[in-house]
Amino acid sequence: MELKQLSALELGKKIAAGEVKVKEAVDAAFAVSDAKEADIHSYITVDKEGAYAAAEKVQQAIDRGELKSPLAGVPVAIKDNMCTEGLLTTCASKILCNFVPTYTATAVEKLEAAGAVILGKTNMDEFAMGSTTETSAYGVTRNPRNTAHVPGGSSGGSAAAVAAEECWYALGSDTGGSIRQPAGYCGVVGIKPTYGTVSRYGLVAYGSSLDQIGPLAKDVSDAAAVLEAISGYDDKDSTSIDRKDTNFTAALKDDVKGVRIGIPRDYFGEGLDSEVAAAVRKAADELKAAGAVVEEFDLALVKYAIPTYYTIADAEASSNLERFDGIKYGYRTEDYTDLHDMYKKTRSEGFGPEVQRRIMLGSFVLSSGYYDAYYLKALKVKALIKQAFDDAFKKYDVILGPVAPTTAPRLGESLSDPMKMYLGDIYTISANLAGIPGVSVPCGKDAGGLPIGMQLFGDCFKEDVIIRTAYTYEKIRGEF
Amino acid sequence: MANVISDETIEYVGILSKLKLDDAQKEQAKKDLEEMLDYIDQLGELDTDGVEPMSHVHPVSNRFREDVVTNGDEREKILKNAPEERDGAFVVPRTFD
Repeated sequence: MELKQLSALELGKKIAAGEVKVKEAVDAAFAVSDAKEADIHSYITVDKEGAYAAAEKVQQAIDRGELKSPLAGVPVAIKDNMCTEGLLTTCASKILCNFVPTYTATAVEKLEAAGAVILGKTNMDEFAMGSTTETSAYGVTRNPRNTAHVPGGSSGGSAAAVAAEECWYALGSDTGGSIRQPAGYCGVVGIKPTYGTVSRYGLVAYGSSLDQIGPLAKDVSDAAAVLEAISGYDDKDSTSIDRKDTNFTAALKDDVKGVRIGIPRDYFGEGLDSEVAAAVRKAADELKAAGAVVEEFDLALVKYAIPTYYTIADAEASSNLERFDGIKYGYRTEDYTDLHDMYKKTRSEGFGPEVQRRIMLGSFVLSSGYYDAYYLKALKVKALIKQAFDDAFKKYDVILGPVAPTTAPRLGESLSDPMKMYLGDIYTISANLAGIPGVSVPCGKDAGGLPIGMQLFGDCFKEDVIIRTAYTYEKIRGEF
Repeated sequence: MANVISDETIEYVGILSKLKLDDAQKEQAKKDLEEMLDYIDQLGELDTDGVEPMSHVHPVSNRFREDVVTNGDEREKILKNAPEERDGAFVVPRTFD
């Protein structure tokens, strides 16, 4: 088997055993990128120099016996909204076209401490706002399974890089499904952990109360190992949680006997593609045959998740993106008359249409006179949605459904109708509103060969049960 | 109930958002806002009287720490990202005469 085909943990084992040098792994990754990037465009920045320098240092540390992590020496791709000291970080926006961070995001630092070698920064929707990676200011990414289609978004570059074997795993961020949905479209595994599990320090904020960093990986074992490596309390993120149960690889057990799985009836209603529905139902049947207790139930308030999400996320975005003003870093317009003109022109030229649309909606729902009717109302509905999940998790350990209503759309079909694109987030966004963990696992292909994803939710801090269920399903399913 | 965004409102949103919009962009923004607000108005179907707004899903409150500097002087590194800098400071357009 070629190096590029190994899982991250398999490669890590070979590196630890001295069978493979870190440099050989980096060579293998760049050989794939050199061949495929013109077509796929997973990366905004490929950092060959940095990767080879890191490979040498990591190899020495492994040889000295100082690096014992199962991921030591395994190359990784990082979504371009996580700060990396000395390495261009654009958020796929023109406004950060020249931004070189002076520090590294905590999640990335943790990977580096575990011996990860960063290959580059992956493409994404601008500021993570979008579901297709088509809002990037640096061109689209193509789905490696079928290049006429999008990879999903917003972590589309990360999902594509893993699916195209340009890296062994990647980090993404998930505000409304931005890890799970591209993972589903590209046929890889993605986990959004419980809110607060991974530090957001150094993650360029979009919707701060919803954003979480997580892994995109070739299989559930790799995803669990990566999540374990990046989790942990961080003084620099006041919303991070001091939880001790982050030994996620301990949950990799082939056993779902007695696991109570609930399937929301509303997740199989109007708008769901029949091939997606059939594949997800088949996966549920297989889990049932393996001993899980599977039943359908009514999850309340499903249709209210999208309007609630876009109100809250855009409100937070309008506030978070105020910092991009052309003064301290990033793009500045060339001609201006005074300070305010400079701010406005810089931002109008620097932000793309989707980002501007969300800033405007967010500013509106937070403005005096509309704050109570929109923003406060959405926060109250969020409380009701959280309650609906609390009630569901009294009866079930896992909530199972599709990741998205369809497989990956064709390139160029989504941006003309933003509302339609937003509706595609129906199955993923409630996890962010409720703060619960979700995993996306490939469970089939449509007639055109595009991957179909199954999604499993667990209650807050119950990653273990969704990881166990996903792992068991993967064993049943076999090679994807 | 259809929302109608007036010229004054879109002007105000442009100010709050610090975005420079030409006439065509204003018309598009009005249309987009109206469509989204019509959609968000669905939330009005829900009775939320007495519901506590939830800004954070976990029961955590403000975290305090000692105000101690833990990083070093990074002025030079930080200023490298500035669109314009002079004498160790950010340069901004004249703000008053």
